[in-house]
Amino acid sequence: MGTGQQAPVDLSVRIGSLTIANPVMSASGCFGYGVEYAGMVDLSTLGAVVVKGLFLKEREGHPAPRIVETPAGMINAIGLQGIGVHRFISEKLPELRERRATVVVNVCGTTVDEYAEVSRILSDAEGVHALELNISCPNIKEGGIQFGCSLGGTHDVVSAVRKVTSLPIIPKLTPNVTDPASFARAAEAAGADAVSLVNTFLALAIDIESRRPKISNGMGGLSGPAIRPIAVRMVYECRQAVKIPVVGMGGIMNARDALEFMIAGATAVQVGTANFVDPLIWNTIVSGIGDYLTRHGIKSVDALIGSVDMGKH
Amino acid sequence: MPFDVAATVVANLALSHDYNVLALDAPQIAEAAIPGQFVMVKAATGHDPLLRRPFSVFEILRDASGRATGLSLLVKRIGVSTGLLYDAKPGDTIMCLGPLGQPFTLVDAPADGWMVAGGVGLAPVWTLAEALVARGVTTTLFYGARRNDELFYLDFFRTLGVELVLTTEDGSGGEQGRVIAPLERALAARPADQPVSLYACGPEGMLAATARTAAAFGRPCEVSVERIMGCGMGGCYSCVVPMKSEGGGFHHVRSCIAGPVLDAAQIVWD
Ligand SMILES: Cc1cc2nc3c(=O)[nH]c(=O)nc-3n(C[C@H](O)[C@H](O)[C@H](O)COP(=O)(O)O)c2cc1C
Repeated sequence: MGTGQQAPVDLSVRIGSLTIANPVMSASGCFGYGVEYAGMVDLSTLGAVVVKGLFLKEREGHPAPRIVETPAGMINAIGLQGIGVHRFISEKLPELRERRATVVVNVCGTTVDEYAEVSRILSDAEGVHALELNISCPNIKEGGIQFGCSLGGTHDVVSAVRKVTSLPIIPKLTPNVTDPASFARAAEAAGADAVSLVNTFLALAIDIESRRPKISNGMGGLSGPAIRPIAVRMVYECRQAVKIPVVGMGGIMNARDALEFMIAGATAVQVGTANFVDPLIWNTIVSGIGDYLTRHGIKSVDALIGSVDMGKH
Repeated sequence: MPFDVAATVVANLALSHDYNVLALDAPQIAEAAIPGQFVMVKAATGHDPLLRRPFSVFEILRDASGRATGLSLLVKRIGVSTGLLYDAKPGDTIMCLGPLGQPFTLVDAPADGWMVAGGVGLAPVWTLAEALVARGVTTTLFYGARRNDELFYLDFFRTLGVELVLTTEDGSGGEQGRVIAPLERALAARPADQPVSLYACGPEGMLAATARTAAAFGRPCEVSVERIMGCGMGGCYSCVVPMKSEGGGFHHVRSCIAGPVLDAAQIVWD
Protein backbone atom coordinates (compact mmCIF):
# COMPACT_ATOMS: atom_id res chain seq x y z
CA MET A 1 0.00 0.00 0.00
CA GLY A 2 0.84 3.67 0.18
CA THR A 3 4.42 4.76 -0.41
CA GLY A 4 5.64 8.24 0.50
CA GLN A 5 4.77 9.61 -2.93
CA GLN A 6 1.19 8.34 -2.91
CA ALA A 7 0.43 9.14 0.70
CA PRO A 8 -1.99 12.05 1.05
CA VAL A 9 0.21 13.72 3.62
CA ASP A 10 2.23 16.89 3.44
CA LEU A 11 5.85 16.13 4.21
CA SER A 12 7.10 19.68 3.71
CA VAL A 13 8.61 21.62 6.59
CA ARG A 14 9.92 25.14 7.08
CA ILE A 15 13.34 26.20 8.30
CA GLY A 16 13.20 29.97 8.56
CA SER A 17 12.29 31.30 5.11
CA LEU A 18 13.11 27.98 3.45
CA THR A 19 10.46 25.36 2.78
CA ILE A 20 11.83 21.90 2.03
CA ALA A 21 9.79 19.15 0.38
CA ASN A 22 10.46 16.59 3.09
CA PRO A 23 12.28 16.63 6.42
CA VAL A 24 15.17 14.31 5.48
CA MET A 25 18.61 15.81 4.76
CA SER A 26 22.06 14.38 4.32
CA ALA A 27 24.38 15.15 7.25
CA SER A 28 27.47 17.18 6.50
CA GLY A 29 30.62 15.20 5.82
CA CYS A 30 28.69 12.03 5.13
CA PHE A 31 27.53 12.75 1.59
CA GLY A 32 30.57 14.43 0.04
CA TYR A 33 29.44 17.42 -2.00
CA GLY A 34 26.33 15.49 -3.05
CA VAL A 35 27.54 15.10 -6.62
CA GLU A 36 29.41 11.90 -5.70
CA TYR A 37 26.03 10.21 -5.23
CA ALA A 38 24.20 11.73 -8.21
CA GLY A 39 24.62 8.53 -10.26
CA MET A 40 22.67 6.54 -7.68
CA VAL A 41 20.42 9.00 -5.90
CA ASP A 42 18.08 11.65 -7.33
CA LEU A 43 19.41 14.58 -5.30
CA SER A 44 16.18 16.53 -5.70
CA THR A 45 14.34 13.92 -3.62
CA LEU A 46 16.26 14.78 -0.47
CA GLY A 47 14.79 17.49 1.75
CA ALA A 48 18.21 19.07 1.43
CA VAL A 49 21.74 18.09 0.56
CA VAL A 50 24.04 19.32 3.31
CA VAL A 51 27.56 19.34 1.89
CA LYS A 52 30.94 18.76 3.51
CA GLY A 53 32.27 21.59 5.70
CA LEU A 54 33.94 24.44 3.79
CA PHE A 55 36.52 26.97 4.87
CA LEU A 56 37.65 29.92 2.79
CA LYS A 57 40.65 27.94 1.56
CA GLU A 58 41.36 24.33 0.66
CA ARG A 59 42.42 22.02 3.48
CA GLU A 60 44.06 18.61 3.34
CA GLY A 61 42.85 17.31 6.71
CA HIS A 62 44.48 14.62 8.83
CA PRO A 63 46.48 11.63 7.55
CA ALA A 64 44.83 8.18 7.30
CA PRO A 65 43.66 6.21 9.21
CA ARG A 66 40.82 8.64 9.75
CA ILE A 67 38.09 6.30 10.94
CA VAL A 68 37.68 3.28 13.13
CA GLU A 69 34.57 1.24 13.65
CA THR A 70 33.32 0.88 17.23
CA PRO A 71 30.27 -0.97 18.61
CA ALA A 72 27.28 0.20 16.54
CA GLY A 73 29.20 3.28 15.51
CA MET A 74 32.39 4.80 14.22
CA ILE A 75 34.95 7.37 15.31
CA ASN A 76 36.21 9.80 12.70
CA ALA A 77 38.82 12.50 12.56
CA ILE A 78 38.84 13.64 8.96
CA GLY A 79 40.13 17.08 9.90
CA LEU A 80 37.74 18.89 7.57
CA GLN A 81 39.49 18.17 4.31
CA GLY A 82 37.78 20.32 1.73
CA ILE A 83 38.10 22.25 -1.50
CA GLY A 84 37.31 25.68 -0.05
CA VAL A 85 34.38 27.90 -0.82
CA HIS A 86 35.56 29.23 -4.20
CA ARG A 87 36.21 25.84 -5.79
CA PHE A 88 32.91 24.60 -4.34
CA ILE A 89 31.05 27.38 -6.10
CA SER A 90 32.80 26.88 -9.43
CA GLU A 91 33.15 23.07 -9.46
CA LYS A 92 30.25 21.58 -7.49
CA LEU A 93 27.42 24.09 -7.25
CA PRO A 94 26.59 24.12 -10.99
CA GLU A 95 25.89 20.38 -10.95
CA LEU A 96 23.88 20.64 -7.72
CA ARG A 97 21.80 23.40 -9.34
CA GLU A 98 21.32 21.38 -12.48
CA ARG A 99 20.11 18.42 -10.43
CA ARG A 100 17.71 20.70 -8.56
CA ALA A 101 19.12 19.89 -5.14
CA THR A 102 18.19 22.05 -2.19
CA VAL A 103 21.68 22.92 -0.99
CA VAL A 104 22.73 23.67 2.56
CA VAL A 105 26.41 24.50 2.96
CA ASN A 106 28.22 23.58 6.18
CA VAL A 107 30.34 26.66 6.91
CA CYS A 108 33.60 26.43 8.86
CA GLY A 109 36.00 29.05 10.11
CA THR A 110 39.07 29.50 12.25
CA THR A 111 37.95 33.03 13.16
CA VAL A 112 34.61 34.83 13.41
CA ASP A 113 35.65 36.85 10.35
CA GLU A 114 36.21 33.69 8.32
CA TYR A 115 32.70 32.38 9.11
CA ALA A 116 31.30 35.71 8.00
CA GLU A 117 33.43 35.85 4.87
CA VAL A 118 32.56 32.31 3.74
CA SER A 119 28.88 33.02 4.46
CA ARG A 120 28.96 36.29 2.52
CA ILE A 121 30.53 34.60 -0.51
CA LEU A 122 27.97 31.76 -0.42
CA SER A 123 25.08 34.22 -0.11
CA ASP A 124 26.07 35.73 -3.43
CA ALA A 125 26.24 32.34 -5.14
CA GLU A 126 23.19 31.04 -6.99
CA GLY A 127 21.79 27.79 -5.67
CA VAL A 128 22.71 27.91 -1.97
CA HIS A 129 19.53 27.67 0.11
CA ALA A 130 20.78 27.80 3.69
CA LEU A 131 23.95 27.90 5.75
CA GLU A 132 24.74 25.46 8.53
CA LEU A 133 27.43 26.93 10.78
CA ASN A 134 29.81 24.24 11.93
CA ILE A 135 30.84 25.46 15.37
CA SER A 136 31.07 21.91 16.64
CA CYS A 137 33.75 19.89 14.82
CA PRO A 138 35.74 18.08 17.52
CA ASN A 139 38.66 17.30 15.21
CA ILE A 140 40.50 20.51 14.52
CA LYS A 141 42.53 22.69 16.83
CA GLU A 142 41.52 26.18 15.85
CA GLY A 143 37.99 27.26 15.13
CA GLY A 144 34.94 25.09 15.17
CA ILE A 145 34.46 23.76 18.59
CA GLN A 146 36.17 26.63 20.39
CA PHE A 147 33.15 28.72 19.35
CA GLY A 148 30.66 25.93 19.90
CA CYS A 149 31.81 25.27 23.46
CA SER A 150 31.43 28.87 24.57
CA LEU A 151 28.11 30.70 24.77
CA GLY A 152 29.84 33.96 23.87
CA GLY A 153 31.60 32.35 20.90
CA THR A 154 28.35 30.86 19.64
CA HIS A 155 26.71 34.26 19.90
CA ASP A 156 29.60 36.01 18.13
CA VAL A 157 29.70 33.65 15.15
CA VAL A 158 25.93 33.65 14.64
CA SER A 159 25.54 37.40 14.92
CA ALA A 160 28.50 38.06 12.61
CA VAL A 161 27.00 35.77 9.97
CA ARG A 162 23.53 37.23 10.52
CA LYS A 163 24.91 40.64 9.47
CA VAL A 164 26.10 39.38 6.08
CA THR A 165 23.34 37.07 4.89
CA SER A 166 19.60 36.80 4.53
CA LEU A 167 19.84 33.03 3.95
CA PRO A 168 18.51 30.84 6.78
CA ILE A 169 21.35 30.17 9.20
CA ILE A 170 21.51 26.97 11.20
CA PRO A 171 24.30 26.79 13.77
CA LYS A 172 25.27 23.18 14.35
CA LEU A 173 25.67 22.45 18.03
CA THR A 174 28.08 20.15 19.79
CA PRO A 175 26.92 17.48 22.22
CA ASN A 176 30.23 17.85 24.08
CA VAL A 177 28.77 20.29 26.63
CA THR A 178 26.66 19.72 29.71
CA ASP A 179 23.70 21.77 28.54
CA PRO A 180 23.24 22.01 24.75
CA ALA A 181 19.93 23.82 25.27
CA SER A 182 21.72 26.90 26.60
CA PHE A 183 23.68 27.01 23.34
CA ALA A 184 20.45 26.75 21.37
CA ARG A 185 19.19 29.75 23.34
CA ALA A 186 22.38 31.71 22.63
CA ALA A 187 22.05 30.93 18.93
CA GLU A 188 18.39 31.96 18.86
CA ALA A 189 19.18 35.23 20.62
CA ALA A 190 21.89 35.98 18.06
CA GLY A 191 19.46 35.60 15.15
CA ALA A 192 19.71 31.96 14.09
CA ASP A 193 16.80 30.59 12.05
CA ALA A 194 17.22 27.06 13.43
CA VAL A 195 19.78 24.93 15.24
CA SER A 196 21.01 21.51 14.23
CA LEU A 197 22.40 18.85 16.53
CA VAL A 198 24.20 16.67 17.29
CA ASN A 199 27.66 16.81 15.86
CA THR A 200 29.82 13.90 16.96
CA PHE A 201 30.78 12.98 20.53
CA LEU A 202 34.48 13.34 21.34
CA ALA A 203 35.75 9.78 21.65
CA LEU A 204 38.85 7.60 21.77
CA ALA A 205 39.61 4.02 20.66
CA ILE A 206 42.95 2.45 21.59
CA ASP A 207 44.81 -0.47 20.04
CA ILE A 208 45.78 -2.46 23.12
CA GLU A 209 48.73 -4.18 21.38
CA SER A 210 50.50 -0.99 20.31
CA ARG A 211 48.84 1.13 23.04
CA ARG A 212 48.29 3.79 20.42
CA PRO A 213 45.04 5.43 19.31
CA LYS A 214 43.44 3.66 16.38
CA ILE A 215 43.19 6.81 14.25
CA SER A 216 45.98 9.18 13.33
CA ASN A 217 44.60 12.22 15.11
CA GLY A 218 44.26 10.38 18.42
CA MET A 219 40.74 11.35 19.41
CA GLY A 220 37.81 11.71 17.06
CA GLY A 221 34.06 12.05 16.89
CA LEU A 222 31.64 9.18 17.55
CA SER A 223 28.62 8.80 15.27
CA GLY A 224 26.13 6.09 14.37
CA PRO A 225 23.39 4.23 16.27
CA ALA A 226 25.51 4.12 19.43
CA ILE A 227 24.84 7.83 20.06
CA ARG A 228 21.17 7.95 19.15
CA PRO A 229 19.45 7.96 22.57
CA ILE A 230 21.70 10.74 23.84
CA ALA A 231 21.10 12.76 20.69
CA VAL A 232 17.34 12.30 21.00
CA ARG A 233 17.50 13.58 24.60
CA MET A 234 19.47 16.65 23.53
CA VAL A 235 17.07 17.43 20.68
CA TYR A 236 14.20 17.19 23.15
CA GLU A 237 15.93 19.60 25.54
CA CYS A 238 16.61 22.11 22.76
CA ARG A 239 13.02 21.88 21.51
CA GLN A 240 11.88 22.83 25.02
CA ALA A 241 14.33 25.74 25.19
CA VAL A 242 13.81 27.61 21.90
CA LYS A 243 11.08 28.63 19.45
CA ILE A 244 13.17 28.21 16.27
CA PRO A 245 13.19 24.83 14.52
CA VAL A 246 15.57 22.11 15.66
CA VAL A 247 17.21 19.84 13.08
CA GLY A 248 17.96 16.51 14.74
CA MET A 249 20.52 13.84 13.96
CA GLY A 250 22.70 11.17 15.48
CA GLY A 251 22.49 7.51 14.53
CA ILE A 252 19.37 7.60 12.36
CA MET A 253 19.32 4.30 10.45
CA ASN A 254 15.69 4.13 9.28
CA ALA A 255 12.28 5.84 9.30
CA ARG A 256 11.57 4.72 12.86
CA ASP A 257 14.67 6.51 14.12
CA ALA A 258 13.85 9.65 12.13
CA LEU A 259 10.32 9.67 13.58
CA GLU A 260 11.73 9.32 17.09
CA PHE A 261 13.74 12.53 16.59
CA MET A 262 10.72 14.33 15.17
CA ILE A 263 8.48 13.27 18.03
CA ALA A 264 11.20 14.52 20.40
CA GLY A 265 11.06 17.89 18.67
CA ALA A 266 13.04 17.83 15.42
CA THR A 267 11.44 19.72 12.53
CA ALA A 268 13.81 17.97 10.16
CA VAL A 269 16.47 15.28 10.47
CA GLN A 270 19.86 14.57 8.98
CA VAL A 271 21.29 11.18 8.16
CA GLY A 272 25.05 10.68 8.22
CA THR A 273 26.68 7.37 9.02
CA ALA A 274 23.72 5.32 7.75
CA ASN A 275 24.40 6.60 4.23
CA PHE A 276 27.75 4.80 4.31
CA VAL A 277 25.95 1.55 5.00
CA ASP A 278 23.08 2.11 2.57
CA PRO A 279 23.43 4.83 -0.08
CA LEU A 280 19.84 4.22 -1.18
CA ILE A 281 18.46 4.95 2.27
CA TRP A 282 16.78 8.25 1.37
CA ASN A 283 13.65 6.94 -0.26
CA THR A 284 13.27 4.30 2.46
CA ILE A 285 13.23 6.93 5.19
CA VAL A 286 11.08 9.49 3.39
CA SER A 287 8.45 6.96 2.36
CA GLY A 288 8.56 5.37 5.82
CA ILE A 289 7.71 8.74 7.40
CA GLY A 290 4.83 9.15 4.95
CA ASP A 291 3.53 5.67 5.71
CA TYR A 292 3.64 6.35 9.44
CA LEU A 293 1.69 9.60 9.11
CA THR A 294 -0.89 7.87 6.95
CA ARG A 295 -1.21 4.98 9.37
CA HIS A 296 -1.77 7.40 12.27
CA GLY A 297 -4.09 9.67 10.31
CA ILE A 298 -1.77 12.65 10.79
CA LYS A 299 -2.21 15.18 7.98
CA SER A 300 1.10 17.04 8.17
CA VAL A 301 4.53 16.62 9.66
CA ASP A 302 4.01 19.71 11.81
CA ALA A 303 1.49 17.88 13.95
CA LEU A 304 4.09 15.29 14.82
CA ILE A 305 6.97 17.55 15.75
CA GLY A 306 7.60 17.64 19.49
CA SER A 307 4.48 15.59 20.17
CA VAL A 308 6.14 13.34 22.75
CA ASP A 309 4.11 12.90 25.92
CA MET A 310 6.64 12.97 28.75
CA GLY A 311 4.04 12.28 31.44
CA LYS A 312 4.88 9.40 33.79
CA HIS A 313 3.88 5.92 32.58
CA MET B 1 26.86 3.67 -12.08
CA PRO B 2 27.16 1.31 -9.14
CA PHE B 3 24.46 -1.19 -8.23
CA ASP B 4 23.49 -2.17 -4.71
CA VAL B 5 22.53 -5.82 -4.70
CA ALA B 6 21.32 -8.18 -1.99
CA ALA B 7 23.55 -10.94 -3.34
CA THR B 8 23.03 -14.60 -2.58
CA VAL B 9 26.10 -16.63 -1.65
CA VAL B 10 26.35 -19.36 -4.28
CA ALA B 11 29.52 -21.01 -2.97
CA ASN B 12 32.08 -20.56 -0.24
CA LEU B 13 35.39 -22.31 -0.74
CA ALA B 14 37.78 -22.41 2.21
CA LEU B 15 41.31 -22.23 0.80
CA SER B 16 42.97 -22.48 4.20
CA HIS B 17 42.33 -21.66 7.83
CA ASP B 18 42.53 -17.93 6.95
CA TYR B 19 41.53 -17.61 3.32
CA ASN B 20 38.29 -18.26 1.48
CA VAL B 21 36.71 -17.49 -1.86
CA LEU B 22 33.12 -16.35 -1.67
CA ALA B 23 31.03 -16.57 -4.83
CA LEU B 24 28.12 -14.11 -5.07
CA ASP B 25 25.15 -13.98 -7.36
CA ALA B 26 25.47 -10.38 -8.61
CA PRO B 27 25.20 -10.39 -12.41
CA GLN B 28 24.77 -6.62 -12.89
CA ILE B 29 27.91 -5.82 -10.93
CA ALA B 30 29.87 -8.64 -12.57
CA GLU B 31 28.81 -7.49 -16.02
CA ALA B 32 29.98 -3.93 -15.38
CA ALA B 33 33.17 -4.56 -13.38
CA ILE B 34 36.58 -4.00 -14.97
CA PRO B 35 39.97 -5.09 -13.58
CA GLY B 36 41.00 -3.15 -10.48
CA GLN B 37 37.49 -2.18 -9.38
CA PHE B 38 36.04 -3.15 -6.02
CA VAL B 39 32.79 -3.73 -4.17
CA MET B 40 31.62 -2.64 -0.70
CA VAL B 41 30.27 -5.63 1.18
CA LYS B 42 28.25 -6.09 4.37
CA ALA B 43 27.58 -9.54 5.75
CA ALA B 44 25.98 -8.58 9.06
CA THR B 45 22.36 -7.48 9.10
CA GLY B 46 22.46 -5.56 12.39
CA HIS B 47 24.50 -2.58 13.57
CA ASP B 48 27.57 -4.45 14.77
CA PRO B 49 29.61 -4.61 12.66
CA LEU B 50 28.07 -1.53 11.11
CA LEU B 51 30.03 -0.49 8.04
CA ARG B 52 30.68 -2.25 4.77
CA ARG B 53 34.16 -3.42 3.86
CA PRO B 54 35.92 -2.98 0.52
CA PHE B 55 36.97 -6.02 -1.52
CA SER B 56 38.56 -6.26 -4.95
CA VAL B 57 36.52 -8.21 -7.44
CA PHE B 58 38.40 -11.54 -7.67
CA GLU B 59 36.82 -13.67 -10.41
CA ILE B 60 33.99 -12.85 -12.78
CA LEU B 61 31.78 -15.96 -12.77
CA ARG B 62 30.26 -16.92 -16.10
CA ASP B 63 27.70 -19.39 -17.37
CA ALA B 64 28.28 -21.78 -20.28
CA SER B 65 27.42 -19.07 -22.78
CA GLY B 66 30.00 -16.71 -21.26
CA ARG B 67 27.46 -14.38 -19.69
CA ALA B 68 28.53 -12.90 -16.33
CA THR B 69 26.44 -14.41 -13.54
CA GLY B 70 28.31 -13.20 -10.49
CA LEU B 71 31.63 -12.49 -8.92
CA SER B 72 33.83 -13.89 -6.23
CA LEU B 73 35.84 -12.29 -3.44
CA LEU B 74 39.18 -13.50 -2.12
CA VAL B 75 38.93 -12.98 1.62
CA LYS B 76 41.58 -13.15 4.32
CA ARG B 77 40.10 -13.51 7.78
CA ILE B 78 41.43 -10.75 10.03
CA GLY B 79 38.48 -9.38 11.97
CA VAL B 80 34.80 -9.72 12.69
CA SER B 81 33.56 -8.74 9.23
CA THR B 82 35.97 -11.00 7.37
CA GLY B 83 35.12 -13.75 9.86
CA LEU B 84 31.46 -13.47 8.86
CA LEU B 85 32.49 -13.76 5.21
CA TYR B 86 34.65 -16.80 6.03
CA ASP B 87 31.70 -18.49 7.71
CA ALA B 88 29.03 -17.49 5.18
CA LYS B 89 26.87 -20.34 3.86
CA PRO B 90 25.40 -20.83 0.39
CA GLY B 91 21.99 -19.16 0.42
CA ASP B 92 23.07 -16.38 2.79
CA THR B 93 22.49 -12.81 1.65
CA ILE B 94 25.33 -10.31 1.46
CA MET B 95 24.85 -6.65 0.57
CA CYS B 96 27.18 -5.86 -2.31
CA LEU B 97 27.66 -2.37 -3.79
CA GLY B 98 29.67 -1.87 -6.94
CA PRO B 99 31.51 -1.82 -9.18
CA LEU B 100 33.42 1.07 -7.64
CA GLY B 101 36.66 2.94 -8.22
CA GLN B 102 39.21 3.41 -10.96
CA PRO B 103 40.57 0.37 -12.82
CA PHE B 104 44.07 -0.55 -13.93
CA THR B 105 45.37 0.99 -17.15
CA LEU B 106 45.95 -1.96 -19.47
CA VAL B 107 49.15 -1.87 -21.51
CA ASP B 108 49.50 -3.10 -25.06
CA ALA B 109 52.13 -5.36 -26.57
CA PRO B 110 55.01 -5.08 -27.19
CA ALA B 111 55.08 -3.93 -23.55
CA ASP B 112 55.03 -6.75 -21.02
CA GLY B 113 52.71 -6.64 -18.02
CA TRP B 114 54.33 -7.60 -14.75
CA MET B 115 52.05 -8.13 -11.82
CA VAL B 116 53.28 -8.08 -8.23
CA ALA B 117 51.06 -9.57 -5.53
CA GLY B 118 51.53 -10.16 -1.83
CA GLY B 119 49.13 -12.37 0.14
CA VAL B 120 45.51 -11.34 -0.29
CA GLY B 121 46.80 -8.75 -2.78
CA LEU B 122 46.30 -11.52 -5.32
CA ALA B 123 42.63 -10.50 -5.46
CA PRO B 124 42.63 -7.95 -8.31
CA VAL B 125 45.29 -9.89 -10.25
CA TRP B 126 42.95 -12.60 -11.54
CA THR B 127 40.88 -10.32 -13.77
CA LEU B 128 43.91 -8.16 -14.58
CA ALA B 129 45.85 -11.18 -15.84
CA GLU B 130 42.88 -12.34 -17.91
CA ALA B 131 42.49 -8.90 -19.48
CA LEU B 132 46.21 -8.52 -20.26
CA VAL B 133 46.44 -12.00 -21.77
CA ALA B 134 43.33 -11.32 -23.86
CA ARG B 135 45.15 -8.31 -25.36
CA GLY B 136 48.11 -10.44 -26.27
CA VAL B 137 50.36 -8.97 -23.58
CA THR B 138 53.12 -11.21 -22.23
CA THR B 139 52.65 -11.41 -18.48
CA THR B 140 54.60 -12.38 -15.40
CA LEU B 141 53.27 -12.64 -11.86
CA PHE B 142 55.66 -12.05 -8.96
CA TYR B 143 53.70 -13.57 -6.12
CA GLY B 144 54.75 -13.71 -2.48
CA ALA B 145 53.09 -15.26 0.56
CA ARG B 146 53.98 -16.32 4.08
CA ARG B 147 54.06 -20.05 3.27
CA ASN B 148 53.74 -22.37 0.30
CA ASP B 149 50.18 -23.37 1.25
CA GLU B 150 49.13 -19.72 0.91
CA LEU B 151 50.20 -19.47 -2.73
CA PHE B 152 46.82 -19.99 -4.36
CA TYR B 153 45.58 -20.69 -7.88
CA LEU B 154 49.00 -21.26 -9.42
CA ASP B 155 47.52 -23.69 -11.95
CA PHE B 156 45.01 -21.10 -13.09
CA PHE B 157 47.74 -18.60 -13.86
CA ARG B 158 49.97 -21.22 -15.51
CA THR B 159 47.12 -22.38 -17.74
CA LEU B 160 46.39 -18.79 -18.68
CA GLY B 161 50.00 -18.46 -19.79
CA VAL B 162 51.26 -16.22 -17.01
CA GLU B 163 54.88 -16.81 -16.03
CA LEU B 164 55.13 -17.29 -12.27
CA VAL B 165 57.89 -16.09 -9.96
CA LEU B 166 57.10 -17.24 -6.43
CA THR B 167 58.48 -16.34 -3.02
CA THR B 168 57.59 -17.34 0.53
CA GLU B 169 58.76 -15.80 3.77
CA ASP B 170 59.66 -19.18 5.25
CA GLY B 171 61.14 -20.67 2.09
CA SER B 172 58.53 -23.45 1.92
CA GLY B 173 57.76 -22.54 -1.69
CA GLY B 174 59.58 -20.62 -4.40
CA GLU B 175 62.45 -18.37 -3.37
CA GLN B 176 62.78 -17.52 0.33
CA GLY B 177 62.17 -13.88 1.19
CA ARG B 178 60.15 -11.05 -0.28
CA VAL B 179 58.92 -10.71 -3.80
CA ILE B 180 60.92 -7.51 -4.36
CA ALA B 181 64.24 -9.38 -4.70
CA PRO B 182 63.34 -11.34 -7.85
CA LEU B 183 61.48 -8.33 -9.21
CA GLU B 184 64.63 -6.21 -8.91
CA ARG B 185 66.72 -8.86 -10.66
CA ALA B 186 64.21 -9.17 -13.48
CA LEU B 187 64.06 -5.41 -13.96
CA ALA B 188 67.87 -5.18 -13.93
CA ALA B 189 68.06 -7.90 -16.57
CA ARG B 190 65.51 -6.30 -18.88
CA PRO B 191 66.96 -4.20 -21.71
CA ALA B 192 65.88 -0.56 -21.57
CA ASP B 193 64.32 -0.71 -25.05
CA GLN B 194 61.87 -3.43 -23.99
CA PRO B 195 58.93 -1.73 -22.32
CA VAL B 196 57.28 -3.19 -19.26
CA SER B 197 54.47 -1.93 -17.03
CA LEU B 198 54.14 -2.93 -13.40
CA TYR B 199 50.94 -3.55 -11.44
CA ALA B 200 51.07 -4.19 -7.71
CA CYS B 201 48.66 -5.09 -4.93
CA GLY B 202 49.53 -6.17 -1.42
CA PRO B 203 50.76 -4.85 1.93
CA GLU B 204 51.72 -1.17 2.07
CA GLY B 205 55.43 -1.95 2.57
CA MET B 206 55.45 -4.15 -0.52
CA LEU B 207 53.69 -1.46 -2.55
CA ALA B 208 56.18 1.20 -1.45
CA ALA B 209 59.11 -1.09 -2.28
CA THR B 210 57.61 -1.91 -5.68
CA ALA B 211 57.09 1.79 -6.36
CA ARG B 212 60.72 2.57 -5.42
CA THR B 213 62.02 -0.27 -7.55
CA ALA B 214 59.90 0.70 -10.54
CA ALA B 215 61.07 4.30 -10.25
CA ALA B 216 64.71 3.24 -9.97
CA PHE B 217 64.40 1.37 -13.27
CA GLY B 218 62.27 4.05 -14.91
CA ARG B 219 59.26 1.76 -15.40
CA PRO B 220 55.60 2.80 -15.07
CA CYS B 221 53.84 1.27 -12.09
CA GLU B 222 50.28 1.26 -10.86
CA VAL B 223 49.38 0.12 -7.36
CA SER B 224 46.03 -0.86 -5.90
CA VAL B 225 46.07 0.67 -2.42
CA GLU B 226 44.15 -0.56 0.56
CA ARG B 227 42.81 1.99 3.04
CA ILE B 228 40.16 1.80 5.72
CA MET B 229 37.05 2.95 3.87
CA GLY B 230 33.76 4.24 5.22
CA CYS B 231 31.55 4.41 2.17
CA GLY B 232 33.42 3.57 -1.05
CA MET B 233 31.60 6.37 -2.88
CA GLY B 234 33.56 9.52 -2.01
CA GLY B 235 31.16 10.54 0.74
CA CYS B 236 33.25 10.38 3.87
CA TYR B 237 36.88 11.27 3.04
CA SER B 238 38.22 8.41 5.17
CA CYS B 239 40.39 6.53 2.70
CA VAL B 240 42.77 9.26 1.58
CA VAL B 241 46.21 8.86 0.05
CA PRO B 242 48.73 11.74 -0.10
CA MET B 243 49.67 12.53 -3.71
CA LYS B 244 52.43 14.85 -4.95
CA SER B 245 51.25 18.33 -5.87
CA GLU B 246 52.65 20.42 -8.68
CA GLY B 247 55.30 22.70 -7.27
CA GLY B 248 55.89 20.57 -4.17
CA GLY B 249 53.77 19.55 -1.22
CA PHE B 250 50.94 17.05 -1.34
CA HIS B 251 47.20 16.78 -1.59
CA HIS B 252 44.91 14.03 -0.34
CA VAL B 253 42.82 12.05 -2.82
CA ARG B 254 40.02 9.68 -1.86
CA SER B 255 41.26 6.22 -2.82
CA CYS B 256 37.67 5.03 -3.34
CA ILE B 257 36.99 7.35 -6.26
CA ALA B 258 40.46 8.50 -7.41
CA GLY B 259 41.75 4.93 -6.80
CA PRO B 260 42.08 2.26 -5.57
CA VAL B 261 44.46 2.00 -8.53
CA LEU B 262 46.88 4.93 -8.42
CA ASP B 263 50.06 5.91 -10.25
CA ALA B 264 52.82 4.78 -7.88
CA ALA B 265 55.08 7.65 -8.96
CA GLN B 266 52.53 10.22 -7.78
CA ILE B 267 52.02 8.83 -4.28
CA VAL B 268 53.93 10.37 -1.37
CA TRP B 269 55.26 7.17 0.18
CA ASP B 270 57.45 7.75 3.31
C1 LIG C 1 33.10 10.87 8.39
C2 LIG C 1 32.31 12.00 8.99
C3 LIG C 1 32.57 13.31 8.59
C4 LIG C 1 31.86 14.38 9.13
N1 LIG C 1 32.10 15.66 8.69
C5 LIG C 1 31.36 16.69 9.17
C6 LIG C 1 31.53 18.02 8.67
O1 LIG C 1 32.32 18.29 7.76
N2 LIG C 1 30.77 19.02 9.23
C7 LIG C 1 29.85 18.76 10.22
O2 LIG C 1 29.21 19.69 10.68
N3 LIG C 1 29.65 17.51 10.67
C8 LIG C 1 30.38 16.48 10.18
N4 LIG C 1 30.15 15.20 10.65
C9 LIG C 1 29.10 14.96 11.65
C10 LIG C 1 27.80 14.52 11.00
O3 LIG C 1 27.30 15.51 10.13
C11 LIG C 1 26.74 14.20 12.06
O4 LIG C 1 26.55 15.35 12.87
C12 LIG C 1 27.13 13.04 12.96
O5 LIG C 1 27.84 12.06 12.23
C13 LIG C 1 25.94 12.37 13.64
O6 LIG C 1 25.05 11.81 12.71
P1 LIG C 1 25.08 10.25 12.25
O7 LIG C 1 25.15 9.43 13.50
O8 LIG C 1 23.84 10.07 11.44
O9 LIG C 1 26.32 10.09 11.43
C14 LIG C 1 30.87 14.12 10.11
C15 LIG C 1 30.61 12.80 10.50
C16 LIG C 1 31.30 11.74 9.96
C17 LIG C 1 30.97 10.34 10.39
